[in-house]
Amino acid sequence: MTPILKAEGLSRSFGHVRALDSADFDIEAGEVVALIGDNGAGKSTMVKALSGNLALDSGAIEFEGAPVEINTPSDATALGIEVVYQDLALAPHLDPTANMFLGREIPAKGVLGWFGFMDNREMRRRAKQGFDDIGGTVRSLISPVGSMSGGQRQQIAIARAIAWANKVVFLDEPTAALGVVQTRNVLDSIKRVRDRGIAVVLISHSMPEVLEVADRVQVMRLGRRVTTYKGSETNVEQLVGAMTGALDFHSGSAA
Amino acid sequence: MSTSTTTSAPIEATDEPQESLIKRILSAQSVWILGVLVIIVAFFAIAAGGKFFSAGNFSLISQNLSVLAVLGVGMTFVIITAGIDLSIGSVLVFSSVISAKLMAAIGGDGLWVVFVGVLAALVTGAAWGWLNGFLIAKAKIPALIVTLGSLSAALGLAQVISDGINISVDAESLTDFGIYTRFIGIPALPFVALIIVIIGGIALHRTKFGRYTYAIGSNEEASKRVGIKVDRHLIIIYAMTGTLAGLGAVLYLAQFGTTTIAGQSLTNLNVIAAVVIGGTSIFGGYGSMFGTVVGLFIPAVLQSGFVIIGVQPFWQGVAVGAVLVAAVYVDQTRRAAALRGAKKSGRLSKALGRKS
Repeated sequence: MTPILKAEGLSRSFGHVRALDSADFDIEAGEVVALIGDNGAGKSTMVKALSGNLALDSGAIEFEGAPVEINTPSDATALGIEVVYQDLALAPHLDPTANMFLGREIPAKGVLGWFGFMDNREMRRRAKQGFDDIGGTVRSLISPVGSMSGGQRQQIAIARAIAWANKVVFLDEPTAALGVVQTRNVLDSIKRVRDRGIAVVLISHSMPEVLEVADRVQVMRLGRRVTTYKGSETNVEQLVGAMTGALDFHSGSAA
Repeated sequence: MSTSTTTSAPIEATDEPQESLIKRILSAQSVWILGVLVIIVAFFAIAAGGKFFSAGNFSLISQNLSVLAVLGVGMTFVIITAGIDLSIGSVLVFSSVISAKLMAAIGGDGLWVVFVGVLAALVTGAAWGWLNGFLIAKAKIPALIVTLGSLSAALGLAQVISDGINISVDAESLTDFGIYTRFIGIPALPFVALIIVIIGGIALHRTKFGRYTYAIGSNEEASKRVGIKVDRHLIIIYAMTGTLAGLGAVLYLAQFGTTTIAGQSLTNLNVIAAVVIGGTSIFGGYGSMFGTVVGLFIPAVLQSGFVIIGVQPFWQGVAVGAVLVAAVYVDQTRRAAALRGAKKSGRLSKALGRKS
């Protein structure tokens, strides 16, 4: 099976720091791939590169088998790639529906649409659909997002991402700020998204979570992918060993 | 909630349920402020009777409010983006000087003279507003500083051009419009203001443009990430506010028949006070056009009422100050409870150099 998104030899330096050093990545449709690594291993840089938020020094990206250039966030959006950032990027004063459709409002039918009027009814309907799809606990579509719990906000951000991403979703530490129950909900949401055939890239520091939902785990260290494990065949010790370099792989030539 | 948290609870029906709509209306600051206004009006109506509570008096009040209302429309947009515009009074003076000069230079009383005058006022206002917006959005200078600069510069230039002497307007078709013309029984100035307020309210509350305005004030970074052209939006809003100051200039020329160079030093603060009394958050992301209108009426009604019942009108300033601070305090406490933990990134709070 061709990977839906594949990156080869991505490199990017910031001054003398090689944030990405010929790093590879691949994910298939309907798969959850966890991207793990110590701080500074290049996870976030990788996500930025694959979502059009970072210019690369070198490297090639393939989408559904064809080479693509992802230079701006809208390039990524056009391909069906969405990112849920760590800070969620929600507008706290707006309601979940407005947040979900922010920047992509459905215009009202006919002449009113030309003047910038919106079809709020249709947007609410689709937002409700979206929240029901991930089985979230978002109860009100008309209260401001800022008045909701961290878990609910996380769900809104995820629901927004998967409402627009029909191919790949990046989740950057989606459970970092959440309690036990809310984490549970997010993990369940991830599985539901995967079951809809969408590729999910999960960045997390929590090994138990990674082991629970990830089909494959790609370990990054010092700007490159050092190894890939099957989620069902690995354990915390092995992952930590690969992250810290206690296990040495000698993959690729030494620089 | 009796359901366990892990099961998915049904989301409320697609259409807003009646109860929550009422709750929402009651929770809006502008509604409480409307209550305050009603109490003030009732007080003066009882204290002064028909002298205060007459169509004539309210007609006079709305006449005096018209220009502030026009300016308030722009200011509401600006403050919802977490910005501020201190320059509107000076821009108004500048526009009125240019407009009056042009009309005097052409001479006569033709409609097209008035047309040129109106156009000049709108264009100069828009230019100042655009400059404000450009410096705020592109050069990233805090709005407080930029508009403080244009407050000073626009007034200074207006005085340079006019030698500091007011210019009177001879075009009677303009002054007649301000004094005699009526539309469906409403004097021209309040009528124009009403139209602007309604258009502004619809644009703010019903269109994409308005929603982006809230979004930018609520979380500028998030707005950028979803592809909203934040810089362009801010420039448009400041330019619109400047244009409305230009319209205000025309209305004042029509009302007084002369420029009012020395008379606008507090206009900006009066408008800002009205917007804030009306419940619009100085930190952005929240507010309403209706609130601004109510916020305008409170000082005006106080002023008129004090005069009629024979209290020194200077007390109006004291009362408005108290209402302003109280209104913001009540609003802030109430909303802090509702928006606990919400990320605030106000442009103004950044401008003032403190994290909120």
